[in-house]
Amino acid sequence: MEGVLSVLLDVFRQPAIIVALISLVGLLLQRKAFSDVLKGTVRTLVGFLVLAAGAGVVVASLDPFGAMFQEAFNVQGVVPNNEAIVGQVLLDYGSAAALIFFFGFIVNVLLAATTHFKYIYLSGHVAFYMAAMIAVILGVAGFPVWGVVLWGALLQGLVTTLSPAIVQPFMRKVTGSNDVALGHTGGAGVALSGLVATLTRGKGTPSKSTEDITFPKGLGFLRDTTVIVALSMAVIYVIVALFAGSAFVETELSDGQNYIVYVVMQAATFSAGVFVILAGVRVVLAEIVPAFKGISERLVKNAIPALDVPITFTFAPNAVLIGFLASFVGGIVGMSVMIFAGTAIVIPGVVAHFMTGAASGVIGNAAGGRRGAVLGAFANGLAITFLPLFLLPVLGDIGLSNSTFSDSDYGVVGILFGQISLAGGQIAVIVAILASLVLVYASSLFVRARARRAGGGDGGDGAGDAPTDADGTRVGETASAR
Amino acid sequence: MKFLAVCSSGLGSSFMVHMNIEKVLKEQGITGVDVDHADLGSVGPGAADVIFVGADLADSVGGLGDVVVLDSIIDLAELRTKVRETAIRKGVTVPDAGAN
Repeated sequence: MEGVLSVLLDVFRQPAIIVALISLVGLLLQRKAFSDVLKGTVRTLVGFLVLAAGAGVVVASLDPFGAMFQEAFNVQGVVPNNEAIVGQVLLDYGSAAALIFFFGFIVNVLLAATTHFKYIYLSGHVAFYMAAMIAVILGVAGFPVWGVVLWGALLQGLVTTLSPAIVQPFMRKVTGSNDVALGHTGGAGVALSGLVATLTRGKGTPSKSTEDITFPKGLGFLRDTTVIVALSMAVIYVIVALFAGSAFVETELSDGQNYIVYVVMQAATFSAGVFVILAGVRVVLAEIVPAFKGISERLVKNAIPALDVPITFTFAPNAVLIGFLASFVGGIVGMSVMIFAGTAIVIPGVVAHFMTGAASGVIGNAAGGRRGAVLGAFANGLAITFLPLFLLPVLGDIGLSNSTFSDSDYGVVGILFGQISLAGGQIAVIVAILASLVLVYASSLFVRARARRAGGGDGGDGAGDAPTDADGTRVGETASAR
Repeated sequence: MKFLAVCSSGLGSSFMVHMNIEKVLKEQGITGVDVDHADLGSVGPGAADVIFVGADLADSVGGLGDVVVLDSIIDLAELRTKVRETAIRKGVTVPDAGAN
């Protein structure tokens, strides 16, 4: 009997098996044929192992980077890259992260069904990363595994419901409707951009739209993640290697190989590792996200799907580039401040600045024209440089790694709950999560009452306004089509 | 027949377009089309019969064969029209094809 129990325990300690079981549930919920269920479950199991293998590749290429950085500047150098850090986190927190991701979605659906916040977070990859970070924060706080999963799922549900809500007043200006929302862990930075753009709009003639400028093309290669990660890392590795010196690299790290050749290959290896992790994440999510989508469409009336940042890109292509550049400049400015302050140094992560900077540019442009796009995205760039810095100390051992979470929501949620845990322990974390839940329901009631007082009149402002009737052409109509 | 939705990371928006293509195919009773999604970096010529991208990526997919550009990746009506046209163009059996 004990033998059986210990085998079972061994089985459930394997994150790959937990993830495969979640996938199995997803496939059964979609009422797939037996062969599809078998195929999808096994693919997910293997996909998770692919992801773990990619984490090994990334770590192997980051270790020499960390050593060089330490030698050259005597401080910790950190590359913010979601895939790189999540790969490492999942090796230790994989099972908890997978369960938080799964139950967190259920909390998201329940909140959307019972409050005014109708957002269903369908960007599975960033939701998965958020679950991984929450697993670390609660794990470091000392919760038992069931506590990590229970409180983590509630927190995950809150974050995935509220992150789209804070961006939505600005999203409405971009899309001209209330049919889609932004579901990305850059939400806080993007909302900050909208706010900054609104505040700096000026009273006189509004700043012209970015789209009235003729802007050079040819930066299309920025969109290829593999290429841009390899190129940007090569630049960073070479600079750090030059400071560390050829003698150090060739004696300590490269075993005699020319130091420039060595670091360029390590940078390319980093990109290769990210490529492998992305492939794994894609397989892990392939069965579960469609199940989530199906469930939410059935259960939540007037659901507003919250989708990944590129949905904003077609609305203002110039703002995409302006936003990236302004955000990146913010990252450089932030890094310079850290160099003078003598803290750990957060190197601008090109992928994060592109994705969230571009969305900040589009949102900033909608709220405040050209000036809004530049200033808003710049603010986002500062935010995603300083938030990771303050996130490091609350991540425990994970914070000592040479990589970290790159987007603003990880910083906001991680720092907030990490500090609450440091200040008041597990009880404070539980109280904070429950208080947030109460606040969500209270503000939902308030918004509903206000909407009723206004006679159902829809001003189009405020985070929780009643969704307008879908016109039957957007993805938002999927709920009513069933 | 394989339709492939592509975005820069192959995680979020291409996955959504992938699910919406499947939804549209089902709506219109079109069968025999496999749908998948991928990132820009791992797509080569011959990866699929038709590749769907958002207009923001139109400049980055040269040389990948038959590409359908979506002006808005969240517009289901546009997707409906373009998927249907593409299916007919590629010789997939489309119920009521004459009625279009």
